[in-house]
Amino acid sequence: MTMPTRRAATAMRLGPQPGEVIDRSAPLRFTWNGRTHTGFAGDTIVSALAASGERVFSRSFKYHRLRGLLTADFNDPGCTVQVGDEPNVRGAHRRLEHGMAVRTQNAWPSLRFDAKAVNQALDRFLTAGFYYKTFIRPQRLWPVYQRVLKRFAAGGQLRPDAPRDPYDKRYVHADVIVAGGGPAGMAAAVAAARMGASVLLVDEEYELGGHLRWGDRTALATLDELRTAVVAEAGIEVLTNSAVTGRYDDNWVAIVQRNLPHVAERLVKARARTLVVAPGLIERPYVFDGNDLPGVMLGTAARRLVNLYAVRPGRRAVVLTANPEGDAAAADLDRAGVDIARIVDARRGEDVQRARGRGGLAAVELGDGTRVDCDLLVTSIGWTAPTSLINMAGDHPVYAPQAARFLPGGRLPDSVLVTGGLAGDGTLDQLVAHADATGREAARRAAAVAPAPVQIPGLPVRPHPARFRSSTHGLVDFSEDVSSKDVVAAAREGYDSVELVKRFTTATMGPSQGKLETVNAVAMLAEATGRTLPEVGTTVWRPPYVPVTLGALAGRNLEPVRHSPMQPWHEAHGAHPLLAGHWIRPDHYGDPAAEVLGVRERVGLIDVTPLGKLDLRGPDVPKLLNHLYVNKWSKLDVGSVRYGVMCTEDGVVLDDGVTGCLGPEHYLTTTTSSGAETVWEWVESWLQTEHPDWRVHVTSVTTAYASINVAGPRSRELLGRVAEGVDLSPEAFRYMRVRTGRIAGVDGCFMWRIGFTGELSYEIHVPAAYGLHVWETLMERGADLGVAPFGVEAQRIMRLEKGHLIVGQDTDALTKAFSAGLDWLVKLDKDDFAGKPELVWQHLHDDDLRLVGLQPVDPLVVPAEGSQIVQGAKDIVGRITSSRMSPTLRRSICLGFVAPNLSQPGTVVTVQLPDGRRIPATVMAQHAHFDPEGVRLRG
Amino acid sequence: VILIPCPHCGPRNSTEFRYEGEVRARPEPGSVEPPAWRAYLYTRRNPAGWTRETWYHAMGCQRFLVVERHTVTNEVRSSTQAGPA
Repeated sequence: MTMPTRRAATAMRLGPQPGEVIDRSAPLRFTWNGRTHTGFAGDTIVSALAASGERVFSRSFKYHRLRGLLTADFNDPGCTVQVGDEPNVRGAHRRLEHGMAVRTQNAWPSLRFDAKAVNQALDRFLTAGFYYKTFIRPQRLWPVYQRVLKRFAAGGQLRPDAPRDPYDKRYVHADVIVAGGGPAGMAAAVAAARMGASVLLVDEEYELGGHLRWGDRTALATLDELRTAVVAEAGIEVLTNSAVTGRYDDNWVAIVQRNLPHVAERLVKARARTLVVAPGLIERPYVFDGNDLPGVMLGTAARRLVNLYAVRPGRRAVVLTANPEGDAAAADLDRAGVDIARIVDARRGEDVQRARGRGGLAAVELGDGTRVDCDLLVTSIGWTAPTSLINMAGDHPVYAPQAARFLPGGRLPDSVLVTGGLAGDGTLDQLVAHADATGREAARRAAAVAPAPVQIPGLPVRPHPARFRSSTHGLVDFSEDVSSKDVVAAAREGYDSVELVKRFTTATMGPSQGKLETVNAVAMLAEATGRTLPEVGTTVWRPPYVPVTLGALAGRNLEPVRHSPMQPWHEAHGAHPLLAGHWIRPDHYGDPAAEVLGVRERVGLIDVTPLGKLDLRGPDVPKLLNHLYVNKWSKLDVGSVRYGVMCTEDGVVLDDGVTGCLGPEHYLTTTTSSGAETVWEWVESWLQTEHPDWRVHVTSVTTAYASINVAGPRSRELLGRVAEGVDLSPEAFRYMRVRTGRIAGVDGCFMWRIGFTGELSYEIHVPAAYGLHVWETLMERGADLGVAPFGVEAQRIMRLEKGHLIVGQDTDALTKAFSAGLDWLVKLDKDDFAGKPELVWQHLHDDDLRLVGLQPVDPLVVPAEGSQIVQGAKDIVGRITSSRMSPTLRRSICLGFVAPNLSQPGTVVTVQLPDGRRIPATVMAQHAHFDPEGVRLRG
Repeated sequence: VILIPCPHCGPRNSTEFRYEGEVRARPEPGSVEPPAWRAYLYTRRNPAGWTRETWYHAMGCQRFLVVERHTVTNEVRSSTQAGPA
């Protein structure tokens, strides 16, 4: 026997097959490592290559051994390729497309001459746990190890700038989800749909049918019938090239969908009333010396190649069979013109001992000592039950020695049913009958209707020889290059639990995630430790069942964006945007320092629409306010506003804002922009859980009003030009008062006189639809007064000049009210309020950090926010929470926390800057650096 | 993502809710000693079994619910509007 050399491009393509999925009228040209090949529509990348005589598709992960076809499906560990800019493409699954540029991964400089194959010669040094043991010490060499190992790691090339289709998400509510679209899955879906259930039928492959597709004429006829029945049911949605990756509580089911045009991958999040698990069985490789040589493949792989793709898998074959499916593979090969050199029947105790060849299979040594020249060895030695989904549903599958596989353990919740090969064996008719009854029962449970439970017939379990390893050692995990010898070595080192062996050897941890390897790994460990398979147990199948891209998990970016009605004006006037939570708002309009001076000298407008606003109505609002805020509220008259701070039950500052009494039993509360939702929930929690007897109605009106702060010495004059029905004179409309009236012709506006900036100012709340109109009118009517817009940055500078804290900036999750310097506000003589006990105790001990005003001795140094305040060599005694250069004072100003013994005015503390320099700063008598008496504000 | 049966909205994904933790009584703030108050703030029974918990239907009816849930099986036995009975 001589190995085939270069042949015609379609050397291995067979004549038309009854079940073939290729379209011979649609040839597709593509390249493989730069050379042009031709396949047909319907081919996988690898079937097209196999048709032109290629049989090596990759180098293995660790030893860089040549690898060919093993399973001829998604799980094939030797067929991972790079396609254009896309790495890690499952070449035995992915359909061929015209113009694909397919390349080998994990081989350098080329597939045939691979420098890293030197690892093979180092075999005995690269044993299990090699990486663990070798690259641990000395630790300082880790960067070197990483650099070297990275070059030896598998994986394709990712080009970050390559154009990519978007990822996607979808939510589905289905009565019944059927995982697996083989004969059982199809029959179950049809039966459920006929009962009126909405059904989602999911299959990994591009077409429904499972093993029927590579079966005989009877199988193909049944396939035809079932497909027709599926199509006829409008209640069935079919997702092909998709897989159920996980089942979670209450039948929350994750599905990865790969068959959408112009969508890279979609994650379907589905809620199913019942889940029917019908994944069939996965053929298990046999462990023997040389079992990964190109030319050694599974019976199902050979049958797929012949029947689906009309590809002859080899020229001269040895077939190792332990079951009727293996016999059918031999028959298929014979029909395809492969010379069957020998059929080795495992049921009669016959065995394959070793596969020989360099670069590909050349001969097989049999258990009886004979040697057979061949280029193809097909093994059909048994099955793995993919119990993944039923494990996730809480079942504990049980190993059935007579069947040599795991069967469901009978501990499934009512919402999960099993059918098909996972449930048992039987004739095709028996399987379909079982699935039909299962589908009807699934629909019945989904509808939760009365009719008596459907009797689901039992499925027989066929005896099967339990054969895992020949007398030689071979690979257990083809993805990770873990051999049975490694498992034995691990057992000898004391790793007697399969979970430990898995982690130590990395068996089952590669791309096929145990589907091909788990049972063999368990069997090898059982053999090495003299136990049975059930005694060893199996590893836990965790989601995801198939790989999911991070892109699909992330989905499209659908974050909502909120902006005020004035945002278009801001954008047209050069606003630099600031993202604050979901809000986008002007940070500044080019020169924040000039904006500050404009407000201090003339008048400015700021859009404060994001302020949280709660409309409170009812007789018990004062009780609520008294309970929420640390200060007192009982005597708030109609027309007054008051500043308040609220704390959580641990005494930590939660939020601040002002509340105005608009009328009898009617109040408007503002919260910080970022705290709007939290405060609303906080208010509701007290009203709903502790005090449902309080008559208060809360409505969030944050976006119902556009809010504008008109600030500066000329703000009264400007507002006077547009406000009607309100006397703005200082005597009539004093500081901390609220008035309702008409502004720029708009009724129902609130104006309150408060001053975050420290200037005379009015915060006006106008119905949102008129926000832009009012803003533009103010700008227009104030032109001669020098009105100018200002942004968040100017506001932050001015509030720091005034020493107003910002919750979340100058406080954190540990800052209790007294630490924040709110002594003047907290009223401990109130009976109760949220957080009161902690504040009582804090007041007694007073040993927490204190928020103080600080000024660096050098007025030109602005310590970065977060700079530590230090003492001695390494003691941290505080930190800067806010810092700015004040355009008004022309010096740097700060707020910061210091230890209580450093909080006395005049104390000079040491601030350590991020670059390590230390500067002195003086503790001030109050938080306010500018106009501490508030003369400007009250004028 | 488990299902929470909201008495107002029907069964909804738990992601629509905010989990507020086990239901616990607020000690009398005028007389409470620090250990009891801090137990109220921070200590939870955390049983492997039935619990009474508060869930806030933030993305639904915005009602606070008391849900009886089994922490091992996630089975929900009852779900009612919160507040003293």
